[in-house]
Amino acid sequence: MAQGKQAQCRAYLALEDGTVYTGQAFGYNGEAEGELVFNTSMTGYQEILTDPSYKGQIITMTYPLIGNYGVNTEDVESEKIHCSGFVVKERSKLASNWRAGDDLDAYLKKNKVIGIEGVDTRAITRHIRLSGAMKAIISTKDNNPKSLVKKAKASRSIVGVDLVKEVTCKKQYNWNKIGKHKVVLIDCGAKFNIMRELAERGCRVVVVPAQASARKILSLKPHGVMLSNGPGDPAAVTYVIETVRELVGKVPVFGICLGHQMMGLALGGKTFKLKFGHRGANQPVMNLTTKKIEITSQNHGFSVDPESLDKETVRLTHVNLNDRTLEGLRHKKYPVFSVQYHPEASPGPHDSKYLFDEFIREMEDGKKN
Amino acid sequence: MAKRTDIKSILIIGSGPIVIGQACEFDYSGTQACKALRAEGYKVILVNSNPATIMTDPEMADRTYIEPIHPNFIEKIIEQERPDAVLPTLGGQTALNCAVQLSEKGVFKKYNVEMIGADEQVIKKAEDRELFKEAMQKIGLDLPRSGRAYKIEEACDIVEGIGYPVIVRPSFTLGGTGGGIAYNSQEFEEVAAKGLEASMISEILIEESVIGWKEFEMEVMRDKRDNVVIICSIENFDPMGVHTGDSITVAPAQTLTDVEYQKMRDATIAAIREIGVDTGGCNVQFAINPDDGRMVVIEINPRVSRSSALASKATGFPIAKIAAKLAVGYTLDEIPNDITKETPASFEPTIDYCVVKIPRFTFEKFKEAKPVLTISMKSVGETMAIGRTFKEALQKGMRGLEIKVAGLEDPKKDDRDLKTMLITPNPDRIFYIKLALKQGMSIKEINLHTGIDPWFLENIREIVGLEKNIISQKGKILRDRVMMTGAKKAGFSDKQIGKLIGKSELDVWNARKKLGVQATFKLVDTCAAEFEAYTPYFYSTYELEDESRT
Repeated sequence: MAQGKQAQCRAYLALEDGTVYTGQAFGYNGEAEGELVFNTSMTGYQEILTDPSYKGQIITMTYPLIGNYGVNTEDVESEKIHCSGFVVKERSKLASNWRAGDDLDAYLKKNKVIGIEGVDTRAITRHIRLSGAMKAIISTKDNNPKSLVKKAKASRSIVGVDLVKEVTCKKQYNWNKIGKHKVVLIDCGAKFNIMRELAERGCRVVVVPAQASARKILSLKPHGVMLSNGPGDPAAVTYVIETVRELVGKVPVFGICLGHQMMGLALGGKTFKLKFGHRGANQPVMNLTTKKIEITSQNHGFSVDPESLDKETVRLTHVNLNDRTLEGLRHKKYPVFSVQYHPEASPGPHDSKYLFDEFIREMEDGKKN
Repeated sequence: MAKRTDIKSILIIGSGPIVIGQACEFDYSGTQACKALRAEGYKVILVNSNPATIMTDPEMADRTYIEPIHPNFIEKIIEQERPDAVLPTLGGQTALNCAVQLSEKGVFKKYNVEMIGADEQVIKKAEDRELFKEAMQKIGLDLPRSGRAYKIEEACDIVEGIGYPVIVRPSFTLGGTGGGIAYNSQEFEEVAAKGLEASMISEILIEESVIGWKEFEMEVMRDKRDNVVIICSIENFDPMGVHTGDSITVAPAQTLTDVEYQKMRDATIAAIREIGVDTGGCNVQFAINPDDGRMVVIEINPRVSRSSALASKATGFPIAKIAAKLAVGYTLDEIPNDITKETPASFEPTIDYCVVKIPRFTFEKFKEAKPVLTISMKSVGETMAIGRTFKEALQKGMRGLEIKVAGLEDPKKDDRDLKTMLITPNPDRIFYIKLALKQGMSIKEINLHTGIDPWFLENIREIVGLEKNIISQKGKILRDRVMMTGAKKAGFSDKQIGKLIGKSELDVWNARKKLGVQATFKLVDTCAAEFEAYTPYFYSTYELEDESRT
């Protein structure tokens, strides 16, 4: 409550196209670069901040009032914040919720992440929608717009870069010890809730680094392999694509988000970059089998081109009703399937949790055969 | 799939005369429905006794009956018009009750009229407390704990399992006498004994009191293929104990984590399915214990409600229009979102602003009514304001009330006992909260007295802080661009600023113009700018970009 008394210093958000937004700094002081994207979820900022898929990105929240319920120790999707900057209209000075521990400001400070508030986040969102996601820099140190724009231009592009190696676990570990289905999860930057959902359904989850080979994975004798979400360009993560290709036909595989994109690539398809991606908790997806609509949680900048997939091998299972992009696929012969969105939610609606049940069924069927 | 062709004519029941709790919001929904159904080529027969409504304008329906919303009259209309279907979910509780009576009388059966939207069973399941409780328990939702007792010993056993405070309601009394609230065992024994005596069958219902808990609402829609979407979440500024219609309400919910919000979303969806609303809109109310997060379901309205009108305006999603289309067989994915055109209605609106609804009271016109807010509604109107922040929307809404305030000002009378004005919910409480903060009362203490969430109080504290700054730095605001922008962003009007520094509204306006601080306009687009919007529906704010010009 005493926060906010001290004078806030200025912060700048500069884009590679020369646009500069000025606001007030909060969280950590410093400078960081990343791809500027927007997320339209009205709740769940803590889950978004701790989602490793945001590695290398600066997130703009379209909902203007952020930090209202503070942060707690439970609603985390990884051990730390992964995005490089956080852009909001108004940060709450007070955290109000029975579970709240820290406030947002302290949380960003602790995680050494720069925040900017007091900017017109709707103007930023419209700019990204019209011009596309772009490279940007967020700074509390440099107040020279020209120099900031130059740095934004010179910053690393997200295309063609393997960001998975920066967020995957260093060593294999067990998420939990007991469970009747043994799942090996290839950690490309996995959200904890994927593990939680599997564990809740009686899975014993062994998490392996993204570099784990197919041989290594199969030597663990899994009943199923989970291909996690993660950051960046799927085409740059060639080693995982290779692993998936070798696993198809040998064990049930379920892919989420980046995992879905790598699945598409492993099955011979191509991926492309969306203009500004899908990030939010309200994306309508139609299940083409049941014709039912799921409201889904999404966070992706790349997409699998359905035209590039061989329809003899692959069936398209889900489609986005907003822009008709591909949301899910399934191998016609093997128990291998993936979705572009996040059935584990967290944040977002729980409409798609049935996919974890499907994965369990595939593993049970696999055991019978 | 698309619309039904087996029905050609539809009877829409309006809400009748304007009474407290049922005003123009049902004219708004009824009008939307009439338009939508006629556009689809259905013959619309309308009954509404209130000729001052828009829905009774000649071009709205094919046949309009200005007759009482009463089963006898409606039966005659049915006999005359022989509609294929009746849509009872758009005319508030009056229309719904009337439809149930007609259904019970067998009128619909006799004339082969199908109830669309919600049928008798659905309405009863939502209305009857016992059936409702059963239904909610079946799907594992938590309700306020309760029990029935016939003897004082039984009553004491029950209350032990519930914990204090409890509400005691005697069954079958004349005029609802003999009930009450008990905070301890001594009070309870007294109230319970009185209640048992007052009840003609010597039965009392003992219910856990959720007064003071946080109150939330969810607006939800379902289509015949069981697709369900949440249109809007609403958080009440005033906690449980004040009727939603009398409470300041805010959209979207402000103090729920995603975990809590999704739990509420899951519960809402489970509830609409269990109650069985086939198609259309539904409103579900929840209470949350601020100390431990326990969530209970309070009630369900299986129809378009007062909050639906608010949610429609707040999000840009036309609930009544879509509800009418769903009732004739469309599915959500078949209906386009009018605002974005390219995306379907099968999504959940996301908003990038804050909406505040403030009730308007006219206790001066009702001399006998005490200006105290309880669980029965007393407000006669409301304002709704949109801002980029809660502070901005709150202040806009305040001055819209037409009670001669230019924003969140001081209370008109300051001789009343501050604590009493905080503890007892009353129409002027918000002004006394401001006064308390001005006098340095802590957020914690005000929260203790009012039960209002600290987040709301903090925002009011920030308004008070800005006001103090404007006053103490006399006139500086007229020369300082940053200061002026800060005040405008927090919703201060020129008149309000003028009052604080002893200048006229015009003085402030001129100074502001000179400083180049001008209003910008932003679109209400259902999607937080993710897609292009085609409907010119704007709100004013003070930001970088003006969408009315770009």
